[in-house]
Amino acid sequence: MSITTPGAQPPLTAPPAAPAPAGRTTAIRSQAQTVRRLLIKIALLGVVDAIALFAMFVLVLQESWLVLAIAAVVTVTINVIYLRPGWLPAKYLAPGVFFLALFQIFVVVYSGYIAFTNYGDGHNSTKEDAVQSIIANSLKRVPDSPTYRVTVVEQFGTYGFLVTDPEGEVLLGTADQPLDEVPDADEDSTGKAVGVPGWTTLRFGDLLANQSAITELSVPLSDDPNDGALRTPDGSSAYVYLSDLVYDEQAGTFTDSATGTAYRDEGDGAFVNDDGRELTPGWKIDVGFENFARAFTSDDIRGPLLSVTLWTFAFAILSVASTFALGLFLAIVFNAPHMRGKKIYRVIMVLPYAFPGFLSGLVFLGLFNQDFGYFNQVLLGGADIPWLTDPWLAKFSVLFVNLWLGFPYMFLICTGALQSIPEELSEAATVDGARPWAVFRLIKFPLLLVSVAPLLISSFAFNFNNFNIIYMLTGGGPRDVEAGVDAGATDILITLVYKVAFGEGTGRDYGLASAFAILIFLIVATISIISFRQTKALEELN
Amino acid sequence: MTTGTAPARAIPERRRRGFAVWFLDTGWRHLVGLAMLVFAAFPLLYVLSASLNPTGTLVGSNTLFRTIEFSNYVELFQREQQPYAAWFLNTLVIGLVTAASTVFLGALAAYAFSRLRFTGRRVGLLTLLLVQMFPQILGVVAIFLLMSGIGEIFPQIGIGTQAGLILVYLGGALGVNTYLMYGFFNTIPISIDEAAKLDGASHAQIFFGIVLRLVAPILAVVGLLSFIATFSEFVIASIILTDPQTQTLAVGLYQFVSQETSRNWTLFSAGAVLAAIPVMALFLYLQKYIIGGLTAGAVK
Repeated sequence: MSITTPGAQPPLTAPPAAPAPAGRTTAIRSQAQTVRRLLIKIALLGVVDAIALFAMFVLVLQESWLVLAIAAVVTVTINVIYLRPGWLPAKYLAPGVFFLALFQIFVVVYSGYIAFTNYGDGHNSTKEDAVQSIIANSLKRVPDSPTYRVTVVEQFGTYGFLVTDPEGEVLLGTADQPLDEVPDADEDSTGKAVGVPGWTTLRFGDLLANQSAITELSVPLSDDPNDGALRTPDGSSAYVYLSDLVYDEQAGTFTDSATGTAYRDEGDGAFVNDDGRELTPGWKIDVGFENFARAFTSDDIRGPLLSVTLWTFAFAILSVASTFALGLFLAIVFNAPHMRGKKIYRVIMVLPYAFPGFLSGLVFLGLFNQDFGYFNQVLLGGADIPWLTDPWLAKFSVLFVNLWLGFPYMFLICTGALQSIPEELSEAATVDGARPWAVFRLIKFPLLLVSVAPLLISSFAFNFNNFNIIYMLTGGGPRDVEAGVDAGATDILITLVYKVAFGEGTGRDYGLASAFAILIFLIVATISIISFRQTKALEELN
Repeated sequence: MTTGTAPARAIPERRRRGFAVWFLDTGWRHLVGLAMLVFAAFPLLYVLSASLNPTGTLVGSNTLFRTIEFSNYVELFQREQQPYAAWFLNTLVIGLVTAASTVFLGALAAYAFSRLRFTGRRVGLLTLLLVQMFPQILGVVAIFLLMSGIGEIFPQIGIGTQAGLILVYLGGALGVNTYLMYGFFNTIPISIDEAAKLDGASHAQIFFGIVLRLVAPILAVVGLLSFIATFSEFVIASIILTDPQTQTLAVGLYQFVSQETSRNWTLFSAGAVLAAIPVMALFLYLQKYIIGGLTAGAVK
């Protein structure tokens, strides 16, 4: 239809009549700026692409195809977004959304997946890895083993054995790489290999310094784990070690060569014998709803979980209520126009809020200490009150500390809200004969509540997952000794998740911890849906 | 008759009545204020006193301000097992980088939501509101496993690295404060953008050259809130940073004091005082802005 392309159009639209010299220089300058901006853009994209390409290269080596595909799609998308003209919103949203998607949305989804596995200590890898480490763990020295002369070598932090076998052949292997011949090793006068290109030979001092890592290193003789492995007690000679447990790859069973007991894979992610004894480690499998079933039916978890959940609600509600009550009271007290020194009071009262949150818990840990703390020793004259080790007192202490560090916030927002209520309202009510208390209760308080209600809700949501104060002050304790998980009287759900996943006492159970996290997620989602319906936050979106 | 004595008696009476009126009106407020001063300031004074006490123990710290020495502050920097100086520096670096990046990512997104109209905008805003309700620590287990996985490909940003920790923190950049910024961006008249556009400015020039300058106050507030939040963050930092040399103050000081509370007490107190000073100074200095920001929807 039209022959004129956009590029051919300008002559028609009357060129700007004789551009002034100044106009031309700005045009040149703006052209230079455009070029410079383009260069910056290309350089930044180049950096991103280089990183992405390197990551994809490593992913190819590791044969993680799914992750590779996702990485490729993301990289292409980012390039398209920034190279294609238009799509302005995407240009501005992409960086933040990338991090949000990976570290906030994906991790929640991934938690959901972990909740359906038995991931944790003793179940954190594949079945092949489990077979290997079971064999490695049950190695025993063969009584009549020949002596292999070894030199311990190192490459990028990995130790390996450079072995001269009894026939004089030179082999190299690491914990993951079975022994294999090396042609170009350096030998000393006795024919023992002492060095190999690409690897650093450890000196005597290095051997001593890394003694435990080297004596625990076992290098498989061949691909078949049943052939055994070499280990060295002294860093210079090695012996053949064989496992009591023989793995039959066809049947997928372990047999104890000494007793003849068979260990089978019964689908629970571990090798189990007929008496129910498990070989450790096991491996990671999908267990369906087992973690949730355990949480809700197993007696030694259900009870503690229920009390922790109740306390989480109680803690969040009481924290909001106590800080709000004190904050509001103080806001009213200091809302006196003629009072002097208000500023000083205000500055000092805000201090607990400005003090870093994690330190508050630790400071009160000292103050509340039963034997030496200030409260018991000085304020109560040598009393012996178990502030942090009695279940109920610990709950009180946690709330007390949270009141200390939370009331200034409520004081500040209540002061702001009170001052924004028009004076005429209370004046009119007073003229009509209302007493001060009635003015407050019937006029000021409802108005105040309208403006602070959203903040009270977010304060509740914050305290619901207020990890720091609980963990720093009591660590969730005192511990409930009958519980099957490491749960205590002041544990809230999020500290329970942390302790089950990373706790030192009971072993890590990522699966169960994630199931608890999903539970919190559901509770918070329910509360936020309800509260969003109640408030007008959604209507204000335009 | 009694004219000589009457005024003399009347004056104290009036004064007494004056005092009673004053007390009922404002005086009792001062009593409340004094009580609150003690309540609010005592724990802080106690730490300060303990940090100046050379005895070292918890029980020795119960005598407030009996002795004043700075030996704890000196010793704090000489411990090899607890590298306080490294913790302090790590915390500042991680906090500043996170804060700056958070502000940048958040401002980009807020600009898009405030100035551009596109499909999915409403849903996007709604998502931002919802995401605020779910703190990152809910996914702490997945974060740990994800970072272990990333560490196998990129040891430089995997588990055990500060760069990795900062990246994880950036996952929360859009969540918490973008909505706050969005509100502020909306108060800048859009006619300014339009005028610039008529003059031939590109969208990037408008954003970096004009809008960012106009919203500088909210950028400061968000940066500060992000810095303070990162400063106190314990959960994610404790699982990602394993080597004492790379740890932050929250992780380091917690381990320092949780193991032997009473023996390390005065040393811990000195560390706490030093750690609190920058945050409290910033907070009090910018208090007015922060309170404004907080009441607009975010919580510490």
